[in-house]
This record gives sequence, structure tokens and C-alpha cells, in this order.
Amino acid sequence: MAGPRPQLGAWQDPSAAPLVEIRNVTKTFGEHYAVDDVSLAIYPGEFFSLLGASGCGKTTLLRMLAGFEKPDKGSVLIGGEDVTAVPPYSRPVNMMFQSYALFPHLSVADNIAFGLRQDRVPRAEVNERVAEMLRLVRLDGYARRKPDQLSGGQRQRVALARALVKQPKLLLLDEPLGALDRKLREHTQFELVNLQERLGITFVMVTHDQEEAMTMSTRMAVMNEGRIRQIGTPAEIYEYPSNRFVAGFIGAVNQFEGRVTEQLDEGLTVHCESAGTDLRVHAQHEVAPGTPVAVVVRPEKVRIFAEQPPPCDNGLSGKVEEIAYLGDVSIYHVRVAGGVLIEAQLTNRARRAAAPLTWGDQAWVCWNADDAVALLE
Amino acid sequence: MMRRPSLVFSLLAFGYAFLYAPIVSLIVYSFNESRLVTVWAGFSTKWYTSLLQNEQLLGAAWVSLRIAVMNATLAVVLGTLAGTALVRFGRFRGRSALALMVGAPLVMPDVILGLASLLLFVAMEQLIGWPAGRGMTTITIAHVTFSMAYVAVIVQSRLVRLDPSLEEAAMDLGARPWKVFFVITLPLIAPALAAGWLLAFTLSLDDLVIASFTSGPGASTLPMVVYSSVRLGVSPEINALASIMVGLVTLGIVIAGVIMQRRAADAR
Repeated sequence: MAGPRPQLGAWQDPSAAPLVEIRNVTKTFGEHYAVDDVSLAIYPGEFFSLLGASGCGKTTLLRMLAGFEKPDKGSVLIGGEDVTAVPPYSRPVNMMFQSYALFPHLSVADNIAFGLRQDRVPRAEVNERVAEMLRLVRLDGYARRKPDQLSGGQRQRVALARALVKQPKLLLLDEPLGALDRKLREHTQFELVNLQERLGITFVMVTHDQEEAMTMSTRMAVMNEGRIRQIGTPAEIYEYPSNRFVAGFIGAVNQFEGRVTEQLDEGLTVHCESAGTDLRVHAQHEVAPGTPVAVVVRPEKVRIFAEQPPPCDNGLSGKVEEIAYLGDVSIYHVRVAGGVLIEAQLTNRARRAAAPLTWGDQAWVCWNADDAVALLE
Repeated sequence: MMRRPSLVFSLLAFGYAFLYAPIVSLIVYSFNESRLVTVWAGFSTKWYTSLLQNEQLLGAAWVSLRIAVMNATLAVVLGTLAGTALVRFGRFRGRSALALMVGAPLVMPDVILGLASLLLFVAMEQLIGWPAGRGMTTITIAHVTFSMAYVAVIVQSRLVRLDPSLEEAAMDLGARPWKVFFVITLPLIAPALAAGWLLAFTLSLDDLVIASFTSGPGASTLPMVVYSSVRLGVSPEINALASIMVGLVTLGIVIAGVIMQRRAADAR
């Protein structure tokens, strides 16, 4: 993981002006709402990801930033200027396509030079900037090759160089790593992040891969059915999902439906039929007793014991039904008295230290109230 | 099943004979001494020399070539526009009508197309005075109406397979739509345009029916002259002319083949 960045994010600075503003944008294709009343602000220097399953509207939103789709309603601003009606060739934005879209009849150098030639940049400067870009993506010596003489990873880098050579204010990336194999993808993730930090260009990336979005983004928006369900840093979205969809979409989760029984200073008590007990959970807002909520807790926050543990906020006991060994971690499925299956994750270092557990054993699971979240939506 | 080389070979021989025996006998008899195309009387090239003096045949060949070149060029321009509009312009008003009407000449009998063109030209001459009389212009126009349909189909099928994000990428990098068309789309569909041009050229060179309807005095195409002279008896001069054309076509195919092989070798 690239890890959290040390500096304060621009989105937290009230005086910062957003680079991109999407205001109440709606786009329909026939009866289908591809993008449904979406508003979003992206600040200079961000690496922003639009994350969602296919058909959630993320690509349509990206194409509206590039100018290939016109919103039915709402407006798009880039650098404070309304570009809703500006055609793609006049926008200070470049895009890296999912298929890379390298021009097959032009050499690598001519592909990269294409954008500069449209702006009638003098020939000497074109050559210089193309050479510089080739160095940046480590493809010197490939200038005269044709795209079909390159490997997938090399093509990806040519596409990146071609999109960066005009020094756009904003670079759009449509599933930039989708066509690469796993190992190359992980390596390229770091390269892209480093490049983005070095050049200071704002990146907006579309991806369906949550791991990729978490690793690379400063902030991300989780989309579903044309709407943004949550915007936040990867850590915020992972730790504090704001609704059931986001909780279920990002990572594995234990989810218990229940009703609030009382609100205390330190949190809520929620009665959950399926867990067979009352659960205590940290609350961010006031919630009236009787309100239906979902309590969610991540498997790695759930501790598992072979013997009765010391008292904790939420402790349940049950039977181990399933153990999956994944190399770095092991996953335990424990069926508790209420009938629900609870997933607990244990790193294998911790597993070796703890008492051995096996299929059918009695086990205790527990977690802190602060590690669980109560969701209204 | 057992392999029977002799059977395979005879089938192959029969297939080739079926395709090429008429052409071979045509070429052989072009070198015949005798006037009669059915009796072999020794080797001679006299029909080639007499062909060179046959003003009527040579004139007709020249007319046909000029019409074919003009037709192919115009058909490629119009067919490309039609094909591009159908594939790239989304669902505009009248799209299905255009698709239907571009395709119609493909299935329309030549007789009907020829007659319709003739009636149109006559009516136009009476109404606006153009085209004055019938001749090369009217034949070319009639040929373009049906051969552009073939070009449109070829261009369409090529464009459908072309990744639309190539054109979008060019636009994203600052090229205006017309520039995109000329710098990206056109080079990428060039093979289809070449194929379309050659097809339109051949269709025009080959056409007898439509040309007969739409031609006028002094504008007889080669197929018209050949057809009318065959009715008076086949002259070996026609064999000679046909042999030359077969030779030219073969040469063209060989050159195209060599170019394609070089390209394939370059790509590797």
C-alpha cells in the first residue's frame, strides 16, 4: 500500500478552489439513468478514483469530464470554467483509454507527438518533449516501433506518455491497469502514484478493482446505479462506511440487522435477533431508540479465542464451521447462538501463538464497540 | 476415411479446368492463324497487330477505362461518406431510410436500374437541359449509383470493426472532427477504400446492361462493342483483346500480392 499521505488533503482546506466541479449532473440513455444527479468536487493534485461495478455510471461520468458525453442536466466545471458545452478537442484534459487506443499506423514517437502537433508546437520542441516523455516512461529506444511491436505493458506506458505530453491540468484514466497481468499491475500501481506525485497533475481514475482504488487514491467515490454512495479517503470508506452498500462493496464485512434499544454517552445498544444478543456500537450521530440499523464489523477486527476471554464490549460464543488458510491470514467462520455466521480473520503469526482451534470446536469471538459501525441507510 | 490422393487430385484438376479452361482456350486461340475460332491453323500474332489498327475496339476500350476510373473514384467518395454516416453518426433522422436506400442497388436488377436511369436522364434533359444527350457522363452517373452501394458496404464493415476510441483519442488530443477523419480514420480504412475502388472499377468495366440503356452515339463501352461484334461472328481480335486484359489483371493481382507480402514482412 502506498499508505496515507502526510500532508493535509486539499479537500479539507476550506479556502481551496476545486479543479473539477460536477454539479447535479444527470445522463440518461433511453430509459436507463447512467448518471443520476451526481455532484462532486475534485481538488488540484488529487488522485481521485471512481469505484463501482460495471454499469454503475463511473465511465459515463469520466467521459463527461473528457467531453465525449453531454449531460442531460447539470454542469461540469474545470478550473472554475463551465465546460459543459466545450468539445473534447478544446478541453485542458487528456484521457488514457482502457484499450489504450494507440494509433496503429503511427510509430510510438508519432503517437506521443500527435497532441503537440495539433497545437502546432514547433518541430524542435516536439522532438524534445517526445524524447523527454519516452525517458519518463522508460521507453527510450522504442521511438520508431509500431504499437503492434510492443508488449502490453509497453503499450500502456506509450498511452500514458501520449496523454501526459500536453501537460494537461487533469488526466483521466479509464481502467488504466485493467489489461495488465497481476504482477505487472501491482508494480505499475506504484509507478503511476509516484509519477502523479512528481508531476503534480490531478488524476481521475475509473476502476472496478477496490484494491487498486484503495492503494492509489487520495480520495475515492463509490458509485452504484448512477449515484455516488460515499466519497472519502480509502481509510474513511473502509473504516466508516456510511451505508450498507458501501460496507458490503468494500472488503469483507459482518453485518447484523437490528433495532436501537438505547443511546448512551459512549454509543448505542442495538438488539440483533440474528446475533442472539445486544450489541454495543460506537455512534457518530444521535439515533432514536427503535430505529432499525445495521451493525457492521470487519473480520480483522473480530478476535477469536479457544477459551472464555476476559470481558469485552461484544462477546459471543459459537462453533467453528470453516477455516480457510490464505497464506498471510486465516479466516474462521463461527456459527453463534443466534444462528448467524461470523467471520473472523487472524494473521497466521497470531494464529501460531494462540491456542489451536479446529473444525467443530467451541470458540469465543469478540470485538470493541469502537470497531463496529451502525448504519442507518 | 482412407486418403485417396488420386481422387483428390482429379477433383482438383476438374475444379481448375472448370474455372480456367475457357480462359486458356481463349488465350490459345488468340494466337491462331485462322479466322475461325474453332479451327487451329498454326501460331500467329497477326490478330494482335490487327487489333492495334482496330480504331473502334481501341476507342471503346479507352471509353470504358475512363468511365471505370471516374466511376470508381466518385463511388469511393460517395460510398465512404454514406458508410461513415451510417456507422459513426449515431441514430440521426432518416438513418434507416439511408441504410435501406444505400443497399437497394445491390439487389436491384440491372435492367430496371438501366431503364430508370434512362427515363430520368431524358426527363432531366427536357426539364433543365442537363445532361445534354447521353454519353460518357450519363453512363458514369448510372454506374456510380450502383457501385457506390458496394463501396458503402465495404467501408461500413471496416468501420464497424474500428475501435471508436481511436477517433476519440485523436479528438481528446486536440484534433477537430474533420482532421480526425483525414489523419486517423482515413488511413485506417485505406485498405477498404482500395478494395472498394477496385471493385467499383471492375463493376463498371464489366457492365453491359446499364451502359446500353444510358449510352448515346459515340460513347460505346468495350462490353457493348464486343457484344455487338460477337453477334456478327467472333473475330480473333476479340480473343487478342481479352488475352491482353487477362494479362493486365494477372499482373495487377501479382503486384498486389507482392505488396501485401512485403507489408506482412515489415509488420513482423
